[in-house]
Parts: sequence; C-alpha cells; structure tokens
Amino acid sequence: MDALNNVFVNIAAYIRGLFADSHSLSADLTINIIVFLMLFLIMVVAALFLSLVERKFAHWVSQRSGPNRLGPHGWFQFIADAVKMLGKEDIYPANVDLFLFKIAPMMLVGITLMAFGVIPFGKGMVAINLDLGIFYFLAVSSISTLALLMAGWASNNKFSLLGGFRAVAQMISYEIPLLFSLLGVIMITQTFNLSSIIEAQKTIPFIFLQPLAFLIYLIAGIAETNRAPFDQVQGEQEIVAGPFTEYSGLRWGLFMLAEYGNVVATSAIAVSMFLGGWYGPGFLPGWLWFILKIWLVIFIMMWVRWTFVRMRVDHLMHFAWKILLPLSLANIFLTGLGIYIYQLFIPRIGG
Amino acid sequence: MGTIVFFIFAILAIAAASGVVTSRNIVHSAFYLALSFSGVAVLYVLMNADFLAAVQLLVYTGAVSIMVVFAVMLTLRGEVSDSNPENRKWGWGAFISVLLFAVIALVVLTNSDWRVLPSAWTSGGSAEDMSLLLLSQFMIPFEAAAVLLTVALAGAVILAKGVKENQ
Repeated sequence: MDALNNVFVNIAAYIRGLFADSHSLSADLTINIIVFLMLFLIMVVAALFLSLVERKFAHWVSQRSGPNRLGPHGWFQFIADAVKMLGKEDIYPANVDLFLFKIAPMMLVGITLMAFGVIPFGKGMVAINLDLGIFYFLAVSSISTLALLMAGWASNNKFSLLGGFRAVAQMISYEIPLLFSLLGVIMITQTFNLSSIIEAQKTIPFIFLQPLAFLIYLIAGIAETNRAPFDQVQGEQEIVAGPFTEYSGLRWGLFMLAEYGNVVATSAIAVSMFLGGWYGPGFLPGWLWFILKIWLVIFIMMWVRWTFVRMRVDHLMHFAWKILLPLSLANIFLTGLGIYIYQLFIPRIGG
Repeated sequence: MGTIVFFIFAILAIAAASGVVTSRNIVHSAFYLALSFSGVAVLYVLMNADFLAAVQLLVYTGAVSIMVVFAVMLTLRGEVSDSNPENRKWGWGAFISVLLFAVIALVVLTNSDWRVLPSAWTSGGSAEDMSLLLLSQFMIPFEAAAVLLTVALAGAVILAKGVKENQ
C-alpha cells in the first residue's frame, strides 16, 4: 500500500535520478514540463468526460434520454463530440474586436490551468508547493472575470455584452463570501499552504468544525463557476448564451474546457479545505481518495444544477450580499471565539 | 535567468502602460492596464514578494473588470473605436509624467532605505512575516484599515438597499 501511495512521487524521483545533479535546472525543467502536461491532460480528460457525465446525470434526474447511441449506453459520445468540435470551421463575425475575441477563450483556459498548479492531489503530489497556496488560487481565479468580460465586449453583440456585465457583477459578488468562508479554516490552521492544511485534517476533516463555511463555500463556488442555479451569465432564455453567443467550434470548446476545469478546481479546493484531502481509510491509496472526494463534490454540484431552477438576477445579488456575506462574517467571528475558548481551556485540562 | 525574466516582464509592463495612454479605444486602454498590472505582479515575484504579487493580481488586475463596467455604463460616446480623444493632448501629459518621474527618482536616489541590497533579499516577504508585522508593529493602522473596510462594506450594502423615503 505504501508503494501504491507513493507511486507518482517515486516516478518523479526516478526521473530526477536520471540527471547527474537531481536538482539542476534541466532536471527541474523536465519535471515541470511533465507536470504541466499531466495537469493539462487531467483538465482536458476531466472536461471531456464531465461533459458526458453531466448529460447522463441530466438524463437520470429529469427522465430524458440523454446520449444513448454511440458505444455501450452512449458512453463513447464524448469522443464523437471532441472530433466534431475539432473539425468545425473557425467562424468569427464581421465586426468583432478580433484580437480580444480570439484571445479571451485562451486566456480563460490559461487561468484555469494556472489554478491547477497548487492543488495537492496526494502527499507530495503538488506541482508547485507554494506557501501562499489558497491565496494564489483565489488571486488567479479572480482574473477569469476579466476574460469573460473581454469575450462579452469583443463579440460586439448586445447579448454578449450583457452576459459579460452579469459575469462581472456575479463573480465579484460571490468572490467575497467564497473568500470569507475559507478564512475560518485558515484561522484554525494558520497557514495558506494547501498541503499543510490537509495535514492538519489528519484527525478530523474541517467540515465537522466548519459546517457553515463548507455550505457557503459550495454555494459561492457553484456561483463562481457560473453553473445553474446561478447561470445568469448564460441565461439562455434572456441573453442567448451570454459571452459565448458569437463563439463556435473550438473556441466555444475552450470555454467549456475552462468551465469544467473550474468545476474540478473548485471541487479540489473544497476537498483540500474541508473534506480532509488525501486522508481516508487505508484500503485505497491517498491520491485515489482525493479523486473520489472530488467526484463526490462534483456529484453534489451536478445534483444541485439539475434540481433547482435558475434564480432571478436581483435575487442572486440579494442572496450574496444579504445572506451569504453576513453568514460568512458570523462564521469568522464564531471561529475566532472558538479558537479563543479552545486556547483558554486546553492548558487547564491538559489536552 | 532572473535578469532575462525581469527584462521580459519589465518591457511588457512598460509597453502595456504606453498602450494605456496611446490607445484610441478606451476599453482597450483598460485591458492594457490589466496587462501592465500583471507584468508588475511578476516583478514582485522576482523580488520574493509573493504575497504582494498575489494581492496585485487580486486587487488591481481583478478590479480592472469593474472599472470597465463603470466606464461603459457612465460614458456617453457614440463610437467606441474613437472613445479616448483626450490622449492626443500628450504635451501636458508628458510634462507631468516627467516631473513625477523626476520627483520619484530624487526620493529613491537620496533615501538610503531605497538602495539595492548587496545580496538578494531572501527573507521577510512571505505571508507569515507579513502577518507577524501587521499584528505586532503595525497593529493600529491594520485595525483602522479593517474597521474602515468593514464600514465601507456595510455602507455599500445600505446604499444598494436604498433609503426609505418616509424616514
């Protein structure tokens, strides 16, 4: 089990061992390129697979057929989708701002990939073991608003522009409860480093100490990834498809890639902040536990998406500013109080 | 290695900054501004100030999108491709920029705190050092800023909620 647990760490150590000096620039560069390609593959495969799982899930929840033609029970549909998307003509309308129009989806994918860099998939299995881990994640993912606004503005289409504005309003508003809900965990562990935060959860996952924060994080996380019931950014009945209206083919595919990549990244952060990361019963290796927990959070997100209807725009804003924000502030206050009481009593009873 | 990266991103930041003032389309100016801020964030990383770099991305680059929304909502111009005509009056702008640069250069060159260190700075940029300083030496400014921000937040919520007319 120990060998299985460390299989990826050992592979990395073996590749490093091939170099004369295992920490030279070329060794670091090789490892980094391999890790980058791995993360990109994880993102692409997860996005392709999730796009199918999502439709299968919709078929299960709302009793419709779903993809059921290609392969056993339609499970090969995502291959056909990918091939079709790659083969499409690259269309752009006449009066778009061409450079911004073309660069916006790429930027969104790049930002999502940057956020993947700090996710610890297992013990020692993090691309960059950054001291600022979670703070870096929040800082990088805050730029994705800019990419969506860029796409909406460059499309030169009123529906796209409205979608871009909605993206700014919604993502900026929900960023605040998202950030505040994570503060409780950071106050307990006193570190931003995701690996240290997971190691602090060896005895008890923080979902039991911070249940309210987990709930707030999940809601704000769904809103940050622009998924139903918070998908006003796309709002098909009102603004066609928001910032994605004028996009087609592979550029539209890049937006979908970024969306599902964001879903995976948000779930991974939920797992490492609240669900105990790679810790679990010993019959499975740690990284498998991490992936299974990510699937659990994605399952909850899909369940929510196909169960609830879309919220109204003003209700959405009220919910963020008048319910989630005071609740997350109260959570910070209660956490501080709890830490104070804990420190007051533990020396007396000798914990 | 560090020098090459420095020059790539310093040139990027300056080129983007010149794009901000020369671009004829005001939305392009805003996006150039975001690029310039990101270039500066990389320079902070090179100076081992990781926390500052992340704050630069979160606060400055992230806020450009809000600025664009406000600019689009508040400006009344028919043609957005020629929405930034003021940048043609570059004489006064150049004069003030040179003056500002001279003042900053004077302060940096005369003040011994701003000298380049003989060896690279290796400690004192992490979040831990920052928080220790903030909660000991700079406790009062930190708390004052916290109170100010909380008041601003509450005030924004009250303003957005709207004051009832009969009160």
